[in-house]
Amino acid sequence: MNLAIHSVKLALERGASDAECTIAEGEEFSAHVRMRELEQLKDAGSRRAGLRVLIGKRVGSAHTSDLSSAGIQQMVESALALAAISTEDPFADLPDPSELGALASDLQLYSDDILKFDTAARIQAAIEAEEAALAWDPRITNSEGASFSAHTGSRVFANSRGFAGGYRTSSCSLSATPVARQGDSMERDFWYSLARRHSNLDSPASVGQRAAERTVRRLGARKVPTQKAPVIFDPVTARSLIGNIFEAVEGDAVYRKASFLEGKLGERVASENVTVIDDGTLPGLFGTSPFDDEGVPSRRTVVIDRGVLRSYLLNSYTARKLSMRTTGNAARGVTGNAGVGHGNFFLEKGQRPPEEIIRGIRRGLYVTELIGHGVNIVTGDYSRGAAGLWIENGEFAYPVSEITIAATLQEMLMDVEAAGSDLEFRGSVASPTLLIREMTVSGQ
Amino acid sequence: MPLSDSFFGQKFGLTEHDLQSYLSEALAAGGDYADLYFEYLVTSQLSIDEAIVKSAIQGVSLGVGVRVIAGERTGYAYSDDLSPEKIRKAARVAACIANGPSKVDKTGFEVVRGRDLYPVVTSPNETSLAERVELVKRADLAARAADHRVFQVQASYIDSLRHVLVATSEGVLSTDRQPLTRLGVAVLAREGDGVAQRGYSGGGGRVGLEFFETEKTPEHFAIEAVRQAIVQLDAVPAPAGEMTVVLGPGWPGVLLHEAVGHGLEADFNRKKVSAFSDRIGQQVASPLCTVVDDGTIRSRRGSLNVDDEGAPTQENVLIEKGVLRGYLYDKLSSRLLRSRTTGSGRRESYQHIPMPRMTNTFMLAGDSDPEEIIRSTPRGLYCANFGGGQVDITSGNFVFSASESYLIEDGHITRPVRGAMLTGNGPEALKYVSMVGHDLKLDEGIGICGKEGQSVPVGVGIPTVKIDRMTVGGTA
Repeated sequence: MNLAIHSVKLALERGASDAECTIAEGEEFSAHVRMRELEQLKDAGSRRAGLRVLIGKRVGSAHTSDLSSAGIQQMVESALALAAISTEDPFADLPDPSELGALASDLQLYSDDILKFDTAARIQAAIEAEEAALAWDPRITNSEGASFSAHTGSRVFANSRGFAGGYRTSSCSLSATPVARQGDSMERDFWYSLARRHSNLDSPASVGQRAAERTVRRLGARKVPTQKAPVIFDPVTARSLIGNIFEAVEGDAVYRKASFLEGKLGERVASENVTVIDDGTLPGLFGTSPFDDEGVPSRRTVVIDRGVLRSYLLNSYTARKLSMRTTGNAARGVTGNAGVGHGNFFLEKGQRPPEEIIRGIRRGLYVTELIGHGVNIVTGDYSRGAAGLWIENGEFAYPVSEITIAATLQEMLMDVEAAGSDLEFRGSVASPTLLIREMTVSGQ
Repeated sequence: MPLSDSFFGQKFGLTEHDLQSYLSEALAAGGDYADLYFEYLVTSQLSIDEAIVKSAIQGVSLGVGVRVIAGERTGYAYSDDLSPEKIRKAARVAACIANGPSKVDKTGFEVVRGRDLYPVVTSPNETSLAERVELVKRADLAARAADHRVFQVQASYIDSLRHVLVATSEGVLSTDRQPLTRLGVAVLAREGDGVAQRGYSGGGGRVGLEFFETEKTPEHFAIEAVRQAIVQLDAVPAPAGEMTVVLGPGWPGVLLHEAVGHGLEADFNRKKVSAFSDRIGQQVASPLCTVVDDGTIRSRRGSLNVDDEGAPTQENVLIEKGVLRGYLYDKLSSRLLRSRTTGSGRRESYQHIPMPRMTNTFMLAGDSDPEEIIRSTPRGLYCANFGGGQVDITSGNFVFSASESYLIEDGHITRPVRGAMLTGNGPEALKYVSMVGHDLKLDEGIGICGKEGQSVPVGVGIPTVKIDRMTVGGTA
């Protein structure tokens, strides 16, 4: 904390009118096993400091991994020199002091229970996860292995408007990536568990088995004829779709008019089944923090309420550009102008269990994997590579791959016919199973 | 260059004796091989947005990575502090992977001489900030002036200078100074109240600032970005289904990167999890296709004098006349597969473990006239530019998104179509190549490749190529 406050002070002494400093530290551990043998161990830590200064309305930023006093001094000088060559930006500022602050409650972001597990036990967990996958089905003949990883970190932020705060985080994860073969068909898939506390991690056996099920069901995949059909996104792929919605409601895209949801506040943009929330206050989750990367407290924001667009997600800069208030969504590495990030960004669950949604489809696609970058937030055009299972008369008939699904995000949001009851947080973006009435499935 | 004259010798007083002692510490618990990767990286980023230079960032990053290999095992640790105690500590952590007596006999170091592929006299980070800011200002002005329908312009400039030193327990010692720079322009254009469309263009390489005066000016990228956005204003929905696809020259070479390149990286093939595993000598493409990965092209973004394991880069033939010839090896996979490294061991930074990666991947030119290729196509899609792509190396299925494409009707390029995803299967897709143009072009220098969380700069290239059958993922 002192180093951040000191850097801010030094910047002010050297001529900055305002300054903000972040110090981030992290320790990472990972163990990777493959075919029952340890393959890779990594164990290290690093630190980084970042400074952003304002000289009037001119901004400059610098960062360094050299936290010696010479390194900090160089960072300060460098940021000031950059501010001198930038242009005045009438909207450049820090948040108003009245907006600064931190949540006081225990957000359960750090637990030292992840440190109680030693290296041998971590390797053993990865071996057990892989073993569970290999043992699940005789068609699982190979593996890309299994990994256990653990991170601890801390983040300190101080600015010249009187804010100084910090918090620690911990996380651990376990994943497995088996490979299955049947004739000429070879497929891989994976599964993982991620938690802030070791005690909340799924068991190695369940991670391995789930990875194996997901892999085996892809064997023998075919293409389907090009057609329009209903599409069900499983929670993994629905999550990526929800991520696209975030990109369309974040303030940068909105003030630049680079989002298809720009200018639509108060309008119906999705079906009644769609309620999207951003909540940075939920204890123990991955999108939770006491304050954002500008020192503004995290909060809960309803973004889409039963289909109606209610709020964008903003940092202080985009709020000023749009004549609105920050929603506490500033995000950045350790320096530079803050961008907009999300807390726990999710689509609220519906009533129907996913099995029932699947049973209701006569012919359609159940998507389990999306690849490629075919989403245009400006226009809403959506076209992505997909793999999954073909549904015939409410049941999975056969796996499909090497196809694409396409529509526009506008149509897809309006066409959400059901959200499943299966919302689960596996990271900071989450969605239940989603049924989209119709998309173009392109294959043969 | 003797170590005492090198960057790390000069700035940190690093000696051969130090390197020897760190490597000995790394091998103290046994192991077959150890290496040290010292990195000092300086970066600058300048960007203009709404005609305001809103963001200017400089950064310094330094550290050392220590690796120990014992059989198939790798131990890795790093430190962002170059004090001897911290480096020794990292070496001891990396050493935990091994147990048993070391079989490594150490002698002195031999300096590996790579090529001199980017003899940049003045690295961009050694020029004045004012000179570099001028580049984004010029790009901004040019884009605004190019067309009245442009309503947003963002131009960004980034340069980095990376000093590296690699020392291995096999006695290899190599150093390199790697400049890298890139200028990019993104615009949004709109006709009246219509839908906005995006255009992007950028380029650079391992070059000095003179590149942006003599080779590709800020105005060049600005005008190209505007052109792409304006073309999209009239675009119709992309078709859906299988059809003939003609790839234009240059950046569409990203097809090769996804369809074959990743699947030929030796780590996947050592584990036999690639769709290309055990297929050396087999026909995996039409006889018209010869694909190479070449890290030795002067000044290119993907080029390196030595790879991140200290091995000189080289030209590697991946596919020769349609037949699979070879994989891309790093140190570990070449040891385990009893092959030689192909100079393909790369890493994002000192915090990352090296793995086999591509450099500049492209298809050699053929005999066909590009115009004849279009004329011979009754109906299809002509792809002039792409966004990114992705591949599942196990099934071999890949996708890449066309950011600028047109319908081909009766042998003519007609209407522009909106963004569409193309998909295919790696070992199959190139079998349908029926014509290869004589117009090989490399991209302008913007590629970034991601693998297992590590990003490295790469290049791609391709001549005009006709593929008789590929799935296009539009809506029409």
